[in-house]
Amino acid sequence: MSSENGMFGAEGTGDTSGYGGLVPAAVSTGSSQRPYGSYFDSVTDDLERAYPDFADAIERVVVDRGELTLHVKVSRLVEVSMILRDKLKFEMCLGVSGVNYPEDKDRELHAVYPLLSMTNNQRIRLEVSVPDSHPHIPSLVEVWAGNNWNERETFDMFGIIFDGHPGLTRILMPDDWQGHPQRKDYALGGISVEYKGATIPAPDERRSYR
Amino acid sequence: MSTYTDPYAASRETTEGTVFSVTGGDWDSLVTEIGQAKEERVVVNMGPQHPSTHGVLRLVLELEGETVTEVRCGIGYLHTGIEKNIEYRNWTQGVTFVTRMDYLSPLFNEAAYCLGVEKLLGITNDVPERASVIRVLMMELNRISSHMVALGTGALELGALSPMIFCFREREKVLDIFELISGLRMNMAYIRPGGVQQDLPAGALAKIRATVKDLRHSFKDNENLLVGNSIWMKRTEGIGYLDLAGATTLGVTGPVLRSTGLPWDLRKMQPYCGYENYHFDVVTADTCDVYGRFLIRVNELEQSLRIIEQAVDKLEKLEGAPIMVADKKIAWPAQLALGGDGLGNSLDHIREIMGTSMESLIHHFKLVTEGFRVPAGQVYTAIESPRGELGAHVVSDGGTRPFRVHFREPSFNNLQSTSAMCEGSMVADIIGAVASIDPVMGGVDR
Repeated sequence: MSSENGMFGAEGTGDTSGYGGLVPAAVSTGSSQRPYGSYFDSVTDDLERAYPDFADAIERVVVDRGELTLHVKVSRLVEVSMILRDKLKFEMCLGVSGVNYPEDKDRELHAVYPLLSMTNNQRIRLEVSVPDSHPHIPSLVEVWAGNNWNERETFDMFGIIFDGHPGLTRILMPDDWQGHPQRKDYALGGISVEYKGATIPAPDERRSYR
Repeated sequence: MSTYTDPYAASRETTEGTVFSVTGGDWDSLVTEIGQAKEERVVVNMGPQHPSTHGVLRLVLELEGETVTEVRCGIGYLHTGIEKNIEYRNWTQGVTFVTRMDYLSPLFNEAAYCLGVEKLLGITNDVPERASVIRVLMMELNRISSHMVALGTGALELGALSPMIFCFREREKVLDIFELISGLRMNMAYIRPGGVQQDLPAGALAKIRATVKDLRHSFKDNENLLVGNSIWMKRTEGIGYLDLAGATTLGVTGPVLRSTGLPWDLRKMQPYCGYENYHFDVVTADTCDVYGRFLIRVNELEQSLRIIEQAVDKLEKLEGAPIMVADKKIAWPAQLALGGDGLGNSLDHIREIMGTSMESLIHHFKLVTEGFRVPAGQVYTAIESPRGELGAHVVSDGGTRPFRVHFREPSFNNLQSTSAMCEGSMVADIIGAVASIDPVMGGVDR
């Protein structure tokens, strides 16, 4: 994500807030160090044992706020998912959530899959990222059939194309809709409202605090 | 057959076959024309404005005679863009949006979202005990009111009118409690990041105790109407079959999953808000059908009443304890109070910020207009809503507004199983199967 100065968007001499010198801490993009704590070490170990290509397929292992995220290479997503389902007993995939990071060059679109193992009462998360210019992710409907609608929703909202999906069509927006609303470059829209002579701008044009 | 030709009901030929538009009053001409068709396969649109499709759900049915060979769901008629809108509001305002998703379980939406925000802030363990107990109390009351609609409308859709009237009567009693506590019957935005919006008013606990007693008595009446009723059993037993393997692969949770015999309830398995401190049972059935799901909901009502009683006991001991985190950078500055013209800032607070303390005024202004900052990162928090696992994937970029909030809606995921439940069954059984999933379209479409 981008680095910013100050809190109010004012730059140069115009900043009278006194907050101009503040620089928010940058987000860490590295892997977490072992031991991860909780059951995360054993899950990662089990996956390494069951999946010889672990080092190549898993780009990063991140443990943050008591949750484990495995950043997986797009090309390896189906393999990893199969092993997680069959060998590590992650029977349930709780859908897919897209996130659009316009600042993350060549990895603008992320897809996040929360997994649940009811056998072991564990949760982990898979994350893959693709560039805006080639938004293709292999579909996981073959692995977890319940991802069908979720992938359609993520396609609808972000324009991520899930290769191999049995019927990738829009699900929430009308079929002839232009654009993918949840992307950051898609304007919220709205109209300003006038009340007693004063005008209140539309939500996406109001002042925002960083 | 009438000689009048209805311009809207005329049939036309397409590549898919003859298409009939039914507008009412043209039944005779329709039957005659369909009778002349060469094939038996008929595709029918059911909904989205059909009273028995449980909201604006459109079902595209392929029929052979009265047997359903294919079912497809059309959704999106209630899409409101809540997930997009949240990105343009601050973290506290987000509560007001999410509460409107699944409008039958607003407090669960708020709780899932707030638990996510609190986890991002790293204040999960700082939320005062009284706030957590109030959350549990409100969620279990909400579970009752939600199950009341599920049972009432489910029965109504299968032709049983009286249970609906009884269920909605009981639901009103629960909504009255919501109104007493939060000022609103629905969409109350009562649970806030860090705690709850305001403390219980005087007399609330006594009223809840009386209502619990009352509800326990009237639930018996409801049960007697349907449990074991032979007509009801014929409409529900063996209908909408979905076994454990099917439920798991389709990501189905909640009463539908528990009707396969698996006691999976996040309140027990992955407790939140202190659910590990309450005594209650996870209700299951092993019939995998509509009747099993009906029984689960009926019996979950009693379990919710048990939890409510324990919560009321706890609250009596915690009288006067804080209901918001102590951190003034996060806790909403004002205590709200109910005045003659409705809910607003308490007069004491207004006196302080306008009359005595400039610092308080600045602090109030900054927190209300700007909001608080949430450290960058992502979390997934899941709770057991009346319909199953309600998960919130909350992403922050370190700012005062959510970067992305996605809800894993149980209705959305469970509704996918309609095809698996209904294909091969009779048309009339679709109604029962969909009602047993209990989808709320506000949650499905968001």
